[in-house]
Amino acid sequence: MYVAVKGGEAAINEAHKLLAEERRGDLAVPELSTAQIEEQLSLSVDRVMTEGSLYDRKLAALAIKQARGDLIEAIFLIRAYRTTLPRFGYSAAVDTAKMGIRRRISATFKDIPGGQVLGPTFDYTHRLLDFKLAAEEGDEGETSGSDFAELPDGVAQLDDSMPRVVDLLKHEGLIEEERPGEKPESIGDLTREPMNFPVDRDVRLQNLARGDEGFLLALGYSTQRGYGRSHPFAGEIRLGEVAVEFVPEDLGFPIEIGEVTLSECQMVNQFKGSTEAPPQFTRGYGLSFGHCERKVMAMALVDRALKGRELGEVVDSPAQDEEFVMEHSDNIQASGFVEHLKLPHYVDFQSELELVRKMRRERREADLGEKDPQAVEAAE
Amino acid sequence: MTQSAQKNPAQSEAVEHGHADKIGPDPNYNFAYLDEQTKRMIRRAILKAVAIPGYQVPFASREMPMPYGWGTGGVQVTASILGPDDVLKVIDQGADDTTNAVSIRQFFVRTAAVETTEHTEEASIIQTRHRIPEKPLSEDQILVYQVPIPEPLRFLEPRESETRKMHALGEYGLMHVKLYEDIATHGHIATTYAYPVKVNSHYIMDPSPTPKFDNPKMHRMPALQLFGAGREKRIYAIPPHTAVYSLDFEDHPFEIQQWEQSCELCGAENTFLDEVVTDDRGGRMFVCSDSDHCNRKREAAE
Repeated sequence: MYVAVKGGEAAINEAHKLLAEERRGDLAVPELSTAQIEEQLSLSVDRVMTEGSLYDRKLAALAIKQARGDLIEAIFLIRAYRTTLPRFGYSAAVDTAKMGIRRRISATFKDIPGGQVLGPTFDYTHRLLDFKLAAEEGDEGETSGSDFAELPDGVAQLDDSMPRVVDLLKHEGLIEEERPGEKPESIGDLTREPMNFPVDRDVRLQNLARGDEGFLLALGYSTQRGYGRSHPFAGEIRLGEVAVEFVPEDLGFPIEIGEVTLSECQMVNQFKGSTEAPPQFTRGYGLSFGHCERKVMAMALVDRALKGRELGEVVDSPAQDEEFVMEHSDNIQASGFVEHLKLPHYVDFQSELELVRKMRRERREADLGEKDPQAVEAAE
Repeated sequence: MTQSAQKNPAQSEAVEHGHADKIGPDPNYNFAYLDEQTKRMIRRAILKAVAIPGYQVPFASREMPMPYGWGTGGVQVTASILGPDDVLKVIDQGADDTTNAVSIRQFFVRTAAVETTEHTEEASIIQTRHRIPEKPLSEDQILVYQVPIPEPLRFLEPRESETRKMHALGEYGLMHVKLYEDIATHGHIATTYAYPVKVNSHYIMDPSPTPKFDNPKMHRMPALQLFGAGREKRIYAIPPHTAVYSLDFEDHPFEIQQWEQSCELCGAENTFLDEVVTDDRGGRMFVCSDSDHCNRKREAAE
């Protein structure tokens, strides 16, 4: 007798148990703590906070642990949790010019007011596996003291003033003007209002900031290879802490409620001018929580490419196509829809099966009929 | 679902599914997960959708604790209309015991502690993916569809900015040409599911990927039909007793799927059948896709 091959609650519960077991791995190996993830896998935490749209290192670390290191799954956990959080209001705009700098470089000028600050970067490491890190614990204790950076004697502390590099170009009028929106309360929020094309830059930037790093990286790369080329220079990349201010209604003036670590990239792009605008430098902007340098650079390239419509450029490449970029940048939407193909589709498939059989039958009959009209009758 | 449970329809599903220890909804979350502001926003979108049958209303879809594409739109609609006294039925592919239907039902048992049922006529809200129950629905029921791609014109024109214009102007020539080309190439319309319909003689609408077998059930259905697309952030509706017409041509009228077989379990001859492969030598059998309908028919025969 046929037994229904449909999944049930028991199967789901057992699958969850197996998952918990796999997550823990070999019990002989000590369990990973969320504090360890927060401290030692900090770039994973930064990505999960950025694409999860929630600045909370502890929750991000928990999500990474629960997701077994699958960062998109961790971002998903954070996004779903974010839905349940009450919203008190919007902070005042943060001022990245007043950032407590940890890293700040410009590729457009050899020296800049405030100087170039390398900070913690992989950039000039040789990508050689460091087998010392694989050695058992104990070794780490020995290296920790002497290998950590100290400010050499006689080197001055960083300047208090670190003006943004693109602001220096602004004084000469060589770079496109960017004005803040009329009213801060009119700034769009795609988590509260669905996107309606064409969208303005505020929503575009929000979409890109939440967008998948890999997707933006590939799109940004494509602009460098000629698909919507815009001759970029890394005007400035900076990393550091900024204060977050909030204006409670009953106080009426801003109070500092904490600080966040941000990465910012300002691309400067050559522009020969169009019927809409004179020759000048144009800009692309990237911003993320934590240290996500690759992400903010890619984001800045794509932001610039998406300005094509406003600047009167020919819009014919994927990275310049607003609907294409913005509808496909979100990895939670993308992974959900791609992976929904795992769900049963046998009703639709049955319908297609019936159709293909019918069409093949008709074609067979037609073929037979051409060769020998009597054979069709015989076959039927 | 257990055999004993099937014989005792009065027993609450919460007990059947092992949640007997849970008296109220999970205290860590608001009733039915979404906060009341969000529910209000979704209800406003639903009201607008009911007022303009077949029109896709944009709404600020939230991120839910299940993946996009797995019913987040339907879940948000259900969460917004669900009250503590509702009785919920969840089906996927017509069946109550498919994995995702089980998962969504558990979600509402956990967050809203509502009574659930597998019996079509007992449910006040039925959330579905890909099927309409075989048993006709009544005026005091609501059918909530999970929708992956709400735009019927999407595969003819990928741009939202264009398709919205086409709907606004009632410019549906592209769709008619597509159907005509099917006939010119194959001799018949080669669309078997997500078959486009015209609602209230105005908007062309995607009935979600239900088989065209179910399209006639939408026409003048006494129950309210709500469609939720979470990833695409759209809600649309067919109010009770609204005319729903499957697109066709005078000389090529719309027709539904027919089977030569009848259900091998219950003997039904007028239901949608799933084909089940029984061995690797071409053996197969056909059974009802609507599991409740099939179980009840068999019980009645016993």
